[in-house]
Amino acid sequence: MYKILDARELAANIYLMEVEARRIAKRCQPGQFIIVRTDEEGERIPLTICDYDREKGTVTIVFQTVGAGTQKMAHLKAGDYFHDFVGPLGCESELVNEPEEELKKKSILFVAGGVGTAPVYPQVKWLKEKGVAADVIVGAKTKDLLILEKEMEAVAGKLYVTTDDGSYGRSGMVTQTIKDLVEEGKHYDVCIAIGPMIMMKFVCKLTKELNLPTVVSLNPIMVDGTGMCGACRVTVDGEVKFACVDGPEFDGHKVDFDQAMKRQQMYKTAEGRAALKEEEGDTHHGGCGNCG
Amino acid sequence: MDVLKKVPVREQDAKVRAANFEEVCLGYNKEEAMEEANRCINCKNAQCIKGCPVAINIPGFIEKVKEGDVEAAYQVISEASALPAVCGRVCPQESQCEGKCIRGIKGEPVSIGKLERFVADWAREKGIKPVGPKEKNGKKVAVIGSGPAGLTCAGDLAKMGYEVTIFEALHKPGGVLVYGIPEFRLPKEDVVAKEIENVKSLGVKIETNVVVGKSVTIDELMEEEGFDAVFIGSGAGLPKFMGIPGEQANGVFSANEYLTRSNLMKAFNEESPTPIMRGKKVAVVGGGNVAMDAARTALRLGAEVHIVYRRSEEELPARVEEVHHAKEEGIIFDLLTNPVEILADENGWVCGMKCVRMELGEPDESGRRRPVVKPDSEFVIEADTVIMSLGTSPNPLISSTTTGLETNKWKCIVADEEFGKTSKEGVYAGGDAVTGAATVILAMGAGKAGAKGIDEYLKNKQ
Repeated sequence: MYKILDARELAANIYLMEVEARRIAKRCQPGQFIIVRTDEEGERIPLTICDYDREKGTVTIVFQTVGAGTQKMAHLKAGDYFHDFVGPLGCESELVNEPEEELKKKSILFVAGGVGTAPVYPQVKWLKEKGVAADVIVGAKTKDLLILEKEMEAVAGKLYVTTDDGSYGRSGMVTQTIKDLVEEGKHYDVCIAIGPMIMMKFVCKLTKELNLPTVVSLNPIMVDGTGMCGACRVTVDGEVKFACVDGPEFDGHKVDFDQAMKRQQMYKTAEGRAALKEEEGDTHHGGCGNCG
Repeated sequence: MDVLKKVPVREQDAKVRAANFEEVCLGYNKEEAMEEANRCINCKNAQCIKGCPVAINIPGFIEKVKEGDVEAAYQVISEASALPAVCGRVCPQESQCEGKCIRGIKGEPVSIGKLERFVADWAREKGIKPVGPKEKNGKKVAVIGSGPAGLTCAGDLAKMGYEVTIFEALHKPGGVLVYGIPEFRLPKEDVVAKEIENVKSLGVKIETNVVVGKSVTIDELMEEEGFDAVFIGSGAGLPKFMGIPGEQANGVFSANEYLTRSNLMKAFNEESPTPIMRGKKVAVVGGGNVAMDAARTALRLGAEVHIVYRRSEEELPARVEEVHHAKEEGIIFDLLTNPVEILADENGWVCGMKCVRMELGEPDESGRRRPVVKPDSEFVIEADTVIMSLGTSPNPLISSTTTGLETNKWKCIVADEEFGKTSKEGVYAGGDAVTGAATVILAMGAGKAGAKGIDEYLKNKQ
């Protein structure tokens, strides 16, 4: 059993939890993920690591309620326990293995969309600790759904916030902000984009035109997370890869996003999609797989 | 009674069981078991023992069954095997103990598997446990993986007095016994969980949710956590695909995924939060035990199921009993057939599988006749679900994170057969991680060998 030390709602239907998991906290690196189960009967839910404290032995996760499993998770409070919490899974971000001198020479841009802000955070924080200031674009549907703004501000070089409806920060999609920055004369050597599949697809389309190498983090359907089931297979540069062991980060310009988006819909029934859309109302974020 | 024939074992009717997940074989009762035991002629030079990878004293336990002393029979089996209720159900007896039985020369061999199962079930129902160690020797051994190899190795070491901890990557111990083999062949709560409890009752600790290579490395276990030796029984977890067009379409699964959803995550039960595809027409590609398990699972979930296999019936690698049960239940065998492409509709869902007909040519290096494509034989099998059951290979997570651990070109860990010794001092290995996908009982044999190897190593180290 894994004790929840802190649990709070960051925005409507987006939750943060700090969980005691000594083995994971000791070894995890930015970019990796964990799998959580609420109870004996629960499904295995993969979530990217948002933060970790090696001394305290804790790992922080952020999740959005998209189905029965995450809704169950949302009901847990500080002092409650997860039945299972396993990791760290997947490969660490490539930048973790780059020599520091090389990193310091690079101009890095992060693009975070919605709840994808959470997995971007530990990477930016890690870079800051190494003395590298990376720029960060955070996109949210609307002001109320913006998360981790203060935390990100504290570790980013420059932080650019944009909302789809213009209710806060800049107005429009993250791709617009990328375009604006480049037009303002900013130069970046690499872009790391994490968010809904549809966002990553369009960021990659743009950065390809801009000749800006881009890394994305995929979150396909998976069961075990250790390479056993093959549910998470994605086509990258014409080759089949397992996101759980070969990823979750890949060269965004080589990912077959259309196939990946189709595969995400595997277990979504028409009724399920409709129900989700209705339930989420204005906060509907594409988790239904129907509207991307 | 015809002494040339086995006492028949009761089974669920094929039509009834095709629609449920209850166990197919009902096993012997005591009278039936004693009657069958009487067919054993207690050979002096018992060939059956030589056919058993864990060398159970088979005539020894059968003698006790004849006398009606089932508890004594259980203790005889327990000396050699930690998982008799499992083995009695899933071992390929026809090519092992029963394959060597003298009775089999002029009739049917003694039904050793069903007798083993009876003894183990009886002991479980009566709450009889294996006998534990007299005293602990203070040495710590880590076992990686709680499948048949790991459980056997851990059980044997615990009986010798070692302090054993098993590290399991999934949330439940049992490995392939839990995620791979279906409920109707191997009940999870009544059989697997109970046998794991027996291993724990010997003092073995099991830590779940530890992915060795990710959560902790073997080097750390030995250097920082004080383990004197390690046994790797991590299995062959990575599924193979054919590499044909259309394989990423929605509705194509590895047998591992399909079975893990149904067995480990209980997706066969509609109450389970983990979904499973309930196809109408399912094609399972492959002819091994895993293919039979996937096919019979799909059948029970309501599908018309075809086994698509490129060789003929004679070459099917599955146990004879599994093929027989599958046919009885209504699985259709499309033999000498090989898929070349999976067809998908405009939304990316499987709608068929393009195949070619095969014929058998000259024998290949495995001794089986090589299937060759018949010219102009292309045709389409209608299907909405395709399950690839083409075998598995070892997961490189452990070998790639352990210094000095040699692997071969198939990423299998190199270990000797007699003691499971690897290229790294204090590290032993066995089961599918070493051999590639094989059987439960061979993995158990390798677990035994590893326990022997570790015991020798730690004794000599003093």
